[in-house]
Amino acid sequence: MSTIVKKVSQLMAGLIFMYGIYIILHGHLTPGGGFAGGAILAGAFILLILAFGSSALKLKKEVSGSSNTESLAILVVVVLALMALLLGSKIFFFNYLPKGEAGALLSAGVIPLYNIFIGIEVAGAILTIFLALVIFKEESSK
Amino acid sequence: MIVYILCFILFLVGLYGVITRRNLIKIAISLSIMEFSIFLILVLIGYIENGLAPIVDASGSAQIYVDPLPQAMVLTAIVIGLATTAMLMAIAIRLYRKYKTFDIREIKNLRG
Amino acid sequence: MELSISIILGFMIIGAIYALHAKDLLSAVIAMGIVGYGLVICFLLLKAPDLAIVQIVVETITLVIMVAVVLDSTREELEVPFDRRSLLNRIAGFIIFAGLFYFFLLAIQSLDPLGMHTMRMADPYVHGAVEHTGSVNLVTGVLFDFRAYDTLGEAVILYTAALGVLTLLRMKGKK
Repeated sequence: MSTIVKKVSQLMAGLIFMYGIYIILHGHLTPGGGFAGGAILAGAFILLILAFGSSALKLKKEVSGSSNTESLAILVVVVLALMALLLGSKIFFFNYLPKGEAGALLSAGVIPLYNIFIGIEVAGAILTIFLALVIFKEESSK
Repeated sequence: MIVYILCFILFLVGLYGVITRRNLIKIAISLSIMEFSIFLILVLIGYIENGLAPIVDASGSAQIYVDPLPQAMVLTAIVIGLATTAMLMAIAIRLYRKYKTFDIREIKNLRG
Repeated sequence: MELSISIILGFMIIGAIYALHAKDLLSAVIAMGIVGYGLVICFLLLKAPDLAIVQIVVETITLVIMVAVVLDSTREELEVPFDRRSLLNRIAGFIIFAGLFYFFLLAIQSLDPLGMHTMRMADPYVHGAVEHTGSVNLVTGVLFDFRAYDTLGEAVILYTAALGVLTLLRMKGKK
């Protein structure tokens, strides 16, 4: 790809990344949430891979990095849900942190934490799928 | 009522594609079309005339909101549709590398 | 509202019929984009902004993956020989579709008209949501507090699909 495409895509990928983090963090106040923000984060990385080509990345390290990230994120989600069994009332998935006033950024108990980690998990899963396809096309056309 | 019938016609178009097409990519596209029609009919059932989007704002609690329960179901279903299509594409590219065709009748004939 | 959604559904049906009969596979994939993006407009008209954001991003990612798979091959469709067996298949298909359509017409007699939903199940979720969960967004409250098991199941499905794709597209192995 030409230099203009590479520079513009670097700029846009940074902006898209920030937008994805904004949608994840404000998931309990505005439309959005974990799934939409995670998919937008994956879109930023896919834009970078498409613009720079698959020969400019170290692909094995990338795919192991993204799949480790998604595995750790889903482990943290299950641990957060299990911790509700120990603290307070013994219900799985109970909302146990204090809920502040409605409409503030730090409110709604444990829902923002769920949003963040599910967002990381969705971004890692979509990125792993895409990178697996890129590696397969790269290696089988040698 | 005619909106529900049009949604069902879109579902039947997708079903026709799954049954009668021979190309694997066309089968994947038709499966995706069937899923889209079901998303639309679920959200259509939960719509209320002159209702607001389901975000509670500070102007009081006497507003009528659109039903949020089908929307939560369809949100889950959209991501599951992405997972299904991605796996089908992985199978398709693997089959193409081995048999050099996307035609499912040719792939059935070539055994081991 | 019914008229605008019917018009968009008409475009989606035309796009879907074209996607099935296109000779070139790339045209078929792009025609699937018509159906997906038309669905985004329908979601915005039906007051579901959460779904519109997710559908537009997921549709773009799906189109990128499908184009990456299709461009790698010869992009033509082999023609279907129009013999007696395929004609019999089509006639049987249409008879079954007529039967399904009749049963669908019977089934939607018991639905409320569009726009007058009774909200029997969602009333406790809507009225008790803000003080029970603390979140202002009702869909997030339903997804992560009232129905959190479904969200856990969906995260596990996405994780399994990523592992499955990674296993299917493995190049080393038996030599």
